[in-house]
Amino acid sequence: MSTTDLSYVRTEMLPQQEPPLAEKGVFKWMRENLFSSWINGLLTIASLVVIYVVISTLAPWLLNSVWDANSLTECRDILAEQGLDSHGGACFAVLGDRWHQLVFGYYPSELYWRPALALVIFLAGLAPVLFTGLPRKMLILTALVPFVAFWLLWGGSIWLPVSVALGFVVGFLALKFLTPIVGTLAGTILIFVLPILYWLFVAGPLASGLASAVPIEIQFVESRAFGGFMLSAVIGLSAIVLSLPLGILLALARQSNLPIIKYSSVTFIEVIRGIPLIVWLFTAQLLLNYFLPPGTNFDLTLRVIIMVTFFSSAYIAEVIRGGLAALPKGQYEGADSLGLNYWQSMQLIVLPQALKISIPGIVNTFIGLFKDTTLVVFIGLFDPLGIASAVRATTDWNGVYWELFIFIGLMFFIACFSMGRYSLFLEKKLQREHR
Amino acid sequence: MTTLSDPPKPGFRPSQLIYDTRYRSMTIQTVAFILLMAAIFWLVSNTIENLNALGKDFNFGFLGQPAGYDINQRLIEYDSQASHGRAALVGILNTLLVAVLGCVAATIVGVIAGVLRLSKNWIVSRLMSVYVEGFRNVPLLLWIVLIFAVFNESTPQPRDFRGEDPAASMIFGDTVAITNRGTYVPEPLFSNGLGDVDVKPGWIFSDLYFAISIDLAAIVLTIIASILLIRLINQRAHRIQDATGVRPTTWWVNLLVFFVPVGLLLWYLGFHLGYPELQGFNFSGGTHIRNSLMALWLALTLYTGAFIAEIVRGGILAINKGQTEAAFALGLRPSKTMNLVILPQAMRVIIPPLISQYLNLTKNSSLAIAVGYMDVRATLGGITINQTGRELEGMLLLGLFYLILSLLISGGMNIYNNSVKLKER
Repeated sequence: MSTTDLSYVRTEMLPQQEPPLAEKGVFKWMRENLFSSWINGLLTIASLVVIYVVISTLAPWLLNSVWDANSLTECRDILAEQGLDSHGGACFAVLGDRWHQLVFGYYPSELYWRPALALVIFLAGLAPVLFTGLPRKMLILTALVPFVAFWLLWGGSIWLPVSVALGFVVGFLALKFLTPIVGTLAGTILIFVLPILYWLFVAGPLASGLASAVPIEIQFVESRAFGGFMLSAVIGLSAIVLSLPLGILLALARQSNLPIIKYSSVTFIEVIRGIPLIVWLFTAQLLLNYFLPPGTNFDLTLRVIIMVTFFSSAYIAEVIRGGLAALPKGQYEGADSLGLNYWQSMQLIVLPQALKISIPGIVNTFIGLFKDTTLVVFIGLFDPLGIASAVRATTDWNGVYWELFIFIGLMFFIACFSMGRYSLFLEKKLQREHR
Repeated sequence: MTTLSDPPKPGFRPSQLIYDTRYRSMTIQTVAFILLMAAIFWLVSNTIENLNALGKDFNFGFLGQPAGYDINQRLIEYDSQASHGRAALVGILNTLLVAVLGCVAATIVGVIAGVLRLSKNWIVSRLMSVYVEGFRNVPLLLWIVLIFAVFNESTPQPRDFRGEDPAASMIFGDTVAITNRGTYVPEPLFSNGLGDVDVKPGWIFSDLYFAISIDLAAIVLTIIASILLIRLINQRAHRIQDATGVRPTTWWVNLLVFFVPVGLLLWYLGFHLGYPELQGFNFSGGTHIRNSLMALWLALTLYTGAFIAEIVRGGILAINKGQTEAAFALGLRPSKTMNLVILPQAMRVIIPPLISQYLNLTKNSSLAIAVGYMDVRATLGGITINQTGRELEGMLLLGLFYLILSLLISGGMNIYNNSVKLKER
C-alpha cells in the first residue's frame, strides 16, 4: 500500500459559522410559530388585523378616560375641553362616584366594615380547607365561620346564630355519646332527628330568652339593603357551602341500591336540572308561599339562597356520581371485605377517592353558580347588574353603559378565573398516578 | 350423654327489622317512603289551603281565553285576539328557534375555536385562549346585556342610510342592513310558489293550527331524497371497492345528485331573494330580525361556543399520540389521519359533554327576559301569569315544557351516543 501524500486534507477545524438568518433567533421563532405554512401565515395576518382593530378602537377610548367627575355631563364637558366628542373617552368617574353601591348595594355606609370583616373571616376560615399545609385544628374555627359571618352581615342579637349553632353541637353529642349506647342505626337516626327537634322547638325560645336575659346585639340590617357584589358573594358562597354536603348525599342516594331512595333522588335531580334557574327563581318569588303553611312569609334573599342551593346541589350530585362511577368496583368490594359498614366505607374508602376525581367538575359547578347569581336581578334583588341599571336610572349617570359593564365583567372574571386556576392547582397536587 | 339443643327457631323477631340486613333495607325504605309521602301531603294540603284562602281554583281554562297582548317576533300567525294557549305556542316556537340557531352556531364557533386553540400558530392559539377564558369567566347575562347595548347604542339608525353620502351603508353587497331597529336580511321568495297548506289537528289542542309552506316542504324533501341517493351510491362504491380493490370515482356524481334536483326545483318555483330596501325612514322588504333575537343568539353562541371549544380541545387531546404516529406509519396523510383515526375516537369523548352544553344553551335561552325577546318564559311564564293571576298553573306548564324538552334532547342524544360508543365485552 503506497503512502500517498494527503496534505490537502485539512488538519485544523474550521471556525463555526453563524446559523443562517432563518434558523436562529426571532426569525426562526416566527417561521416556526407564525408562518410555518401558508394557511398559518393567513391566520397570523388575520389575527393581527383583529388585534389591531380591537386595540385601535379601544385604546383611545381607554387612554382618554376621565376618572374624576360627578356626573356624565361633567365628564363629557371635560372630554370636550380636550377637544374630544362625547364618545372619545371612557368615563370611569362613575366607578369612583358609585363604587360603594356596586360593591355593597344599599348597605348602611357606616357599617361597611361588617361585610368586609365577614369576607376576611370567611377567607381565613377557608384557608385550612384549601391549603392542607395548615394545622388541622383550625378546621374547628372554620366550622364557626358561617355563624359569625351571618351575625356580622345581618346583625341583630348574637344569640340567634349561637342557638342555631348549638343544634350542631346537639347532633355531635348524639354521635359521641348516644350512638355507642343505642346502636348504629338508631344512632344515625338520632343524629338527624335530635338537632331537627332542637331547632324546631328549643332554638327559638332559647334565643329570645337569652336575648332578653343578656342582650348582646349589633344594628340589624335588612336583606333588602344587600346589593352589588356583596349580594352575589353572599348568595354564591352560602349556596356553595350548603350545596356540597347536600350534593354528596344526593349522589350517594342515587347510587344506593334501595329503590325508593334511589328513584326519589333521581327524580329530584332530573327535575331540578331540567328546568332553567330563572324559572326556579320565579318559583321562589311567586309560588313558595303556596307550598308553606298560610301566613308564612320569609325573606326573599333567604328563599333565593335555598333555591340556588337546591339547584347547584343537583348539579354537584351529578358530578360526584360521575366520580363514584369512575371508581373501580374493587374499591367498594375491598371496603366490604374489611367489614366496614356503609358509612365507614363511604367515609374512609370511597368518598375521598371519588371527590378527588370530581374536583374539576365541582369547581366548574361553583364557577357557574357564582356567575348565575346575576339572575337574581329578575326577581327584584340588586345584584351588580341591577345596581348598574339603578345607577343608569339616576339623572347624573344616565347613559353610562360600557364603563359599568367593563367593571362588573372584570370583577367576575377575576373571581371565576382564580377559582378555575385553583382547581387546576388542586388537580395537579392530588394527581397520584404517574403517566 | 350429650344433650342436643335445638337450633333457634327461624321465627321472625321485631328486632330483625333493624339488625338483620335482610330486613333492614325494607325498614329504611318504608320509613323513607312514609316521610316522603308525609312531605308531599304537607305541601299539597298547604297549597289547597292557600288557594282556598285566596279564593282561587286550579284549572287550565285560562289557556282558552283571549290573550290581549302582542308578540312582535313570531313564527306563526298570531294576534292579540288569539288565546293564551296560542301565545304560549308562539313562545315555545320562539324558544325552540333561538335554541336551534344557537346550538348550530355555537357548534361551528366552538369547533373552530377549539381546533385553532390547539394550533401551532402562537398568536392564533393565544387569541383563542383569550376568547375562551374571557367568555367562560364572565356571566352570560352580562354578555347578553352588553351585546344588546352594542346593537342598540352603537349601530346606525335607518335614516343614516339615506342620502347621497350616507353615514352608514349596508354590508355584503347591499343585502344586509344592521340598524338600531334590527337587522334586515334578504328573504327567500317564490314567484311560482305552490302556496301553503293549513294544518289543524284540532283534536290535540284547539289553538294548534299553522300553515306549512309547500315550497319549503318540497325543498326539504328533495334534499333528503338526494342525501339518501348519495348514500346508496357510496354503498355501491364500497361494494365495488371490496370486490375489485378499485374504488369508482364518486365525488362528481355526488355533487350532481345533490345540487341538480334542488336547483331544478328552485328554478321551477321561481326562487329569488327579496332584498331589504330603504323606504322613508325605515327598511321594508327582506326579513326583519329584531335586536333582541340577534343579541340573544350572538351571546348564546359566543358563550356556549367557548365551552364547546374546551370540550373539542379536550377530546382531541385525549387521543393517544400513538394513534397519530401509527396512522403516519401506515402512510396516511394528515387530513386522512384526522378524518379516519383521530376524529372518530375524539367524537366519543366529545359527544356526552356536548349534549349537556346543548341542554345548557336551551335552558339559558330563558335569559331572553333580559332583552325582551318573547320566548315561552315571557309569554306563558310572564305576561299570561301577570294578566290571569294563574301563577301556579302557568309555572307548572312552563316547568313541564322545559323538563320535557330537556329529557327529549338528552334522550335523543343518548341514543346517538350509544350508537357511536365503544362496543366492549
